[in-house]
Amino acid sequence: MSDGLDYFNESHHILRRTVARFVEREIKPYVNEWEEAEEFPRELYRKAAEVGLLGVPYPVEWSGFEADVFHEVVVTEELIRSGSGGVAAGLNSHHIALPPIVALGTQEQKERFIPPVLRGEKIAALAITEPGGGSDVAAIRTRAVRDGDHYIVNGSKTMITSGVRADQVTLAVRTGGPGHKGVSLLVVDTHTPGFSVSKKLRKMGWRPSDTGELAFQDLRVPVENLLGEEGMGFYGIMHNFQKERLHLCVIANATAQLALEESLKYAKVREAFGRTLSGFQVTRHKLVDMATLVEVSREFTYRVAARIQAGENAVKEISMAKIFSTQVCDKVCFDAVQIHGGYGYMREYLVERLFRDSRILSIGGGTSEIMKEIISKMML
Amino acid sequence: MKSLVCLKQVPDTETQIKVNPEGTGIVTEGIKHIINPYDEFSVEEALRLKEKFKEGEVVILAIGPDRATESIRTALAMGADRGIHVNDPAVNTADPFAVAQALAAAAKDVQYDVIFCGHRAIDDDFCEVGAMLAEFLGLPQVTLVTKVEVAADKKSAILERDIEGGKETVEVPLPCVVTSQKGLNEPRYASLPGIMKAKKKPIDAKNAAALGVSVEAKLQSKEYSMPPERKAGKKIEGLEPPDAAKQVVQALRNEAKII
Repeated sequence: MSDGLDYFNESHHILRRTVARFVEREIKPYVNEWEEAEEFPRELYRKAAEVGLLGVPYPVEWSGFEADVFHEVVVTEELIRSGSGGVAAGLNSHHIALPPIVALGTQEQKERFIPPVLRGEKIAALAITEPGGGSDVAAIRTRAVRDGDHYIVNGSKTMITSGVRADQVTLAVRTGGPGHKGVSLLVVDTHTPGFSVSKKLRKMGWRPSDTGELAFQDLRVPVENLLGEEGMGFYGIMHNFQKERLHLCVIANATAQLALEESLKYAKVREAFGRTLSGFQVTRHKLVDMATLVEVSREFTYRVAARIQAGENAVKEISMAKIFSTQVCDKVCFDAVQIHGGYGYMREYLVERLFRDSRILSIGGGTSEIMKEIISKMML
Repeated sequence: MKSLVCLKQVPDTETQIKVNPEGTGIVTEGIKHIINPYDEFSVEEALRLKEKFKEGEVVILAIGPDRATESIRTALAMGADRGIHVNDPAVNTADPFAVAQALAAAAKDVQYDVIFCGHRAIDDDFCEVGAMLAEFLGLPQVTLVTKVEVAADKKSAILERDIEGGKETVEVPLPCVVTSQKGLNEPRYASLPGIMKAKKKPIDAKNAAALGVSVEAKLQSKEYSMPPERKAGKKIEGLEPPDAAKQVVQALRNEAKII
C-alpha cells in the first residue's frame, strides 16, 4: 500500500511492519478456518495484546505507546490485509467499547475497565442498537431503574459486535425521560445474573466476528459503573463517532485495495481466448478505474484523518468520506468478482469474501443515509 | 554479555525488483526496505544472550543512506540498546571488502563478546562481509550458525552450524564473529512500547573520515540485468493419450534434455 508521504513517519513504518508480521504469523494461516467456523480463538486477543496492538490509541500509562491517528490507521489497514474484515472487527471491538469510558469515566473507572481489555484478558463490547430500531440512538428502550446502590436493567440489544463472548459491555440504557437526554451509559460485567446472550447472529460477511443478541432481565448493575452522570450517555456515544467512522473508511479503502490487488494478480495469469485477461483492453481499463477510485478515496480519508489529528471538527468530511469510501469498496469488490468470473463466486477466492465483507461498511457505524442527513443539516 | 550486531537494510522480499534502464542498479523508487532477514536473526540472538546473562549491551551497526536509520530504529524497538550508523556515499554502495573495512573500523570503538552478522544479505548475496570482518579484526569466525550456547564465563561458546545434509557442533573462543543462518531463532516483534522507547535511544552517525578509514573497493559492478523471461511451455494437443505420452517423453529427452 502506498503511503501518503506527509502522513506517516518512521514510527508508523516500524509499527506497520510489526502489525504486518503479526498478521502474517498469527492470523493469515488460520483465516479460512476461522471464516468457516464463524469464530476466532479468544487467545488472539492476548497475542495481539502482548505486542501492544490493542493499546493503540489509549493513554500511555496503559498502552505504553503514544499514538496519533495515523498509528491507528496503520493498525487497521494491516489487520484488514489479513483478508478477514471479521477478525479485524472482532479484535477491535474495544475501540468502540472503551472510548465512552475514556470520555466520561472517572480515573477509578478507567483503571478498572480499561487495562484488563488492553492486556487481552477481557473482551469488551459496545451495546446500543436494539431490536426495535437501529440508527435512532435517542429512542432506545432498555431501561435502568435506580434501586439503592444498583440500577436494575431490563431490555435487549442486538447486532452487538463481540456480544456473545464479551466480558464487559458498555451499555446504553434509558434512565430518564424520552429523547437523548434520558440516555445513560453503564459498564456491565456480563457474568452477572440477569445478563444473557439470547442468540449468536449469523451474518453475510465479517463472519469470524461474533455478533450477538443480548437480553437483560432484572440485571443489577452497581451505580459505580455509571459513566459520567445520568443523561450523559448520548454525548458519550456521539463522542467517538468521528473515530469510528474514520476506521470504517480505512477498512473500506483497505478492503478495496486488497480486491484490486487480487484482481491485478488474477488478470495477469488467467487466460481466455488465447491471452491473459490483462491482454483485453476492457479488463485493463476496469483495473485502472478500480485503482483510481481506491487512490482517490484513500487520499481523502487520509486528509480527513489529518484534520481529526489536528483536533479540527471534521464531522461533515468524515461523513462524506464514509459514504464515498464504502461506495468505492462496494464498487471495487463488485468489479473484482466480475474480473474473477465464476471463480470470483467461489469461496476459495478471496474476492468472494471481500465482496460480502464490503456490504456492512455502508451500514455499520451509521448508514450512508444517516451520513447524508448529517451532511445536509450542515449544508442547508 | 555484549554483542555487536551488523545490520543491513535491504529491499523488502515482497517488492518487485526492476533493473533501471541504464543497467547500473535497481529501480529504488517506491521500494520498501526491511532489515535483512538474517540480520534480524542476529538481533534476536543478541537480545536473548543479553537477557540470559541479565547484563550487557546490544549495539547495532549499520552502513547505508539516511533511510537505514529506520532499520536501526526497528532493531532498537526490538530491544537493542544503541545504534551506530555509518552513512557515507563512498561506503554505502561499496563492495563487501570496503564494507567489511568500514565495519571493522567502527567495531574498534565498541566492546563486544560476540559480533553477529547475517550469513548473507538477501539483496546482493555476496556472503562475504562476515568472513572479511573477522579477518580484519583477527577474530575466529563461525558461519551459518543455527544455535548459540555461550559458556558461563563468556570465554567460549558452543555453536551449531549448518553443513550439507546435517549439523556440525563447534567450540570457539570469544570474542568471535558469528554469521546467522535461518533456524537460529524466531525474531520477536518490535512491540509498541518498544517502538516508543526506541525513539529515545541514541544512534551515532559517522562517516568514513570519522572512522579514519579510506575504503578501497576491490570490485566494480559493471551491469545489472534481469533473468531471461520464462519461455512459454509447449503444448502437445490433438493426439490419443498413448501417442501424446510418447511425444512428451521425446520432448523431455531431446528438447529439454531432462531424461
